[in-house]
Amino acid sequence: MNCFVGIDLGSTTTKAVVLDERGETLGRGITNSRSNYDLAAELARTEAFVSARFALLEREVAQAAGPAVLARLLKAFRLEQTLAQLARLRARIEEEGARAVPQDRRAPLSRTLASVFEKMLSEEEERFDDPAPCERSDFFRDAAGSAFARIARDLADPRGISFELLAGLYDKCIVKVENEPLELGFREHIGRALERVGDRSLEVAVDRAVEAPLEVAASVGTGYGRARLPFPKEQIRSEILCHGLGAHALFPGTRTVLDIGGQDTKAIQVDPQGIVTSFQMNDRCAAGCGRYLGYIADEMNMGLHELAPLALSSRRPVRITSTCTVFAGAELRERLSLGEKREDILAGLHRAVILRALSLLARSGGIEDEFTFTGGVARNAAAVSALRALVAENYGQRRLNISPDSIYTGALGAALFARRAAA
Amino acid sequence: MTVPGKDRSMELQKEMLAGHYRRLEAAPEAGEPVVYTFVPGNLTELIRSFDALPVLPEINALQSAMRGRSQGFIAEAERAGHSEDVCSYVKCDVGMLKAGNIGPTGTRLPKPDLLLLSYTGCYTFMKWFELLREEYRCPTVFLHVPYQGDGRQTPEQRAYVASQIRKELIPALEKVTGQRYDEERLRESLHRSAQAEDDLVAVLQSARLEPSPIDAYFGAVYYVGPIFSAFRGTPEGAAYYRALRQEVEERAAQRLGPMTPSGRLDSQKYRLVVEGPPNWTHFREFWRMFSDEGAVVVASTYSKVGGTYDFGFRHDASDPLGTMADYCSGCYTNLSLPERVSMLVRYAREYRADGFLIHSVKSCNSFSAGQLTILREVEKRTGIPGGFLESDLVDARYFSPANLKNRLESYFQMLDARRARSET
Repeated sequence: MNCFVGIDLGSTTTKAVVLDERGETLGRGITNSRSNYDLAAELARTEAFVSARFALLEREVAQAAGPAVLARLLKAFRLEQTLAQLARLRARIEEEGARAVPQDRRAPLSRTLASVFEKMLSEEEERFDDPAPCERSDFFRDAAGSAFARIARDLADPRGISFELLAGLYDKCIVKVENEPLELGFREHIGRALERVGDRSLEVAVDRAVEAPLEVAASVGTGYGRARLPFPKEQIRSEILCHGLGAHALFPGTRTVLDIGGQDTKAIQVDPQGIVTSFQMNDRCAAGCGRYLGYIADEMNMGLHELAPLALSSRRPVRITSTCTVFAGAELRERLSLGEKREDILAGLHRAVILRALSLLARSGGIEDEFTFTGGVARNAAAVSALRALVAENYGQRRLNISPDSIYTGALGAALFARRAAA
Repeated sequence: MTVPGKDRSMELQKEMLAGHYRRLEAAPEAGEPVVYTFVPGNLTELIRSFDALPVLPEINALQSAMRGRSQGFIAEAERAGHSEDVCSYVKCDVGMLKAGNIGPTGTRLPKPDLLLLSYTGCYTFMKWFELLREEYRCPTVFLHVPYQGDGRQTPEQRAYVASQIRKELIPALEKVTGQRYDEERLRESLHRSAQAEDDLVAVLQSARLEPSPIDAYFGAVYYVGPIFSAFRGTPEGAAYYRALRQEVEERAAQRLGPMTPSGRLDSQKYRLVVEGPPNWTHFREFWRMFSDEGAVVVASTYSKVGGTYDFGFRHDASDPLGTMADYCSGCYTNLSLPERVSMLVRYAREYRADGFLIHSVKSCNSFSAGQLTILREVEKRTGIPGGFLESDLVDARYFSPANLKNRLESYFQMLDARRARSET
């Protein structure tokens, strides 16, 4: 089957989308950009093809086994991937640990590491069996990091194998693990996932999905790191056009698009065909972009995904006007020292991010109906809530579209451009 | 001599400028008086009719920036207490002064014998000369030039400016230079100005051709250099414009495009109108962002910053004071917003532009205030999509190549998409 690939190399995350011949999304992949665009593009693309094969699988088994079995198979596949990554992480940490500690402490370190990783593995197994596991980051680094820190803290002994030693080893090794292309392939893990699910009726369908030829007919790259892609110039598109077209594909009634990414905010107006008619973006200062929320989360020692629930619990949001990323920590500490509550400060910070975006929207020509919000920050419920309120206040009733896959909008637009170019 | 990658006129212009800086360095010894004045609405013919030499501080700043020296001067001015928000031309000039007043070509700049402000639309100019007056303790003339709020100059305003020239400026120049006002000499000079102006207008209007033989923004910066600075009214200036016109007409006859950082731009994909001054710290890099994409600028407002000739104004030797009053009042930034909008709309139509870009600089409120209104209004009246770029004049900290490239590429791709749609 011919397929079309769009890759969006963002400043924070890299996304890939694979489309089939009809322009339907077959697969998506996402990874941290980690200042290594070449690797990030490869990983996101590989993951998108893994999920594309799942889409093929879904088509094969939809009638035979039903969606519940398929979902479980996907979950099993993810588990196998995670277990493989954990095994690699453990090997790296043991190697590094053996170098880092004197001979007499190697055996106790090895025992502690074994306990930590056994616990991590068993937690992954429990998560697999849990029908409604709690939400966590999509990225291995974040998910593994928080589990490792929690378990290591419990098992560490200040007089023997200390938490600091364990945390140091983790920090040193996670970077290496992240920067090695992993065996994320479909073929590698689907067999074990199938065994785990224990439904042999799927074997034929799985084989077909594994063997189905996926020929890349055209690829288009976009995003901050687009120039790094080994594509000719015609295959590189501006992210503004990609977000416009992607938003149009997701919601054909879209006329205005707001994209808040890691270090860019873009306000885009599109015509009924999804063609950009006007746009504005922030200047070189990344104030009020996704990175800003990332720094705030770091300052508060919280996960990025934990910010919104806390902000939404606020009763009296604090008025904050500065969204300077560099001063984010200072602003936060100042407010805390004044006795403001964490949730009220967070609610104020989210509002400030949206206020800045509204100024760009106004510059680009305002907000028309329908209005589509894309980019990583569209996943943040507190930002969405502030946006809804401020749009209503300034422009009246507007239909606000947010796709659960909004983070892939740019990559989707790029894939659609690839498909158009090949037509 | 023609240097590969540069037009003959560009080299000639560079030599004229270097010659002027050398003459300035020698001025104290040669006994030539020096008048500091600004580009918009400058009265070069009058100054030179007294055998005085003009120094243009903004030209020094932009020339320093083009040679990569502005950042050090700005840092010097900031150390002396000027905030990051102060106009970067001012800081570059103040910093240069503090660092020994070595001009952009490496020669020392003489002290002023007179500070002459002949355009008061920019409040910063006034403050700038106040700083220089503190430094040099020299005589200062501030002409009050009324803003053209209603879009035209009234006869009273014209008489008011002419009378200031007669009653304040001419006596001050006589005193400083020790020479009598010589109206005949001034007339000859104004006559040469008008000739050069005719030639310049022919050059700028050649951009109506397809392909355009000139780039009317980046290229025009070189073309307007002599006429907006020390050479208007001089035989040297008139000869330069004659040669330039000939060069451009030869190119036009051969249907060739202008020389750009990406080579000769014969195949022109986008014809653009640009509003606002360029960035000087990354001038060629910025230009390349256009030329690499096949974009040529066919009309710009910045090339009218010293004076607007293309709508008919010429220096009139039969009315020296009146014509100088017209010139002071008619510089681009002294025009009202509706006038600026009409001018851009006219350019977009007459030069058959595909697009319209605003380059907004952090330093200059004279240009930047109201630019978003201009953008929307021009879009509305012409149906041509506008684009918005932001950086600065001579402060490299505000020039983000990735951001500008992103905006420009997006803008060009947007034009492509609209073209493709209108073709189907």
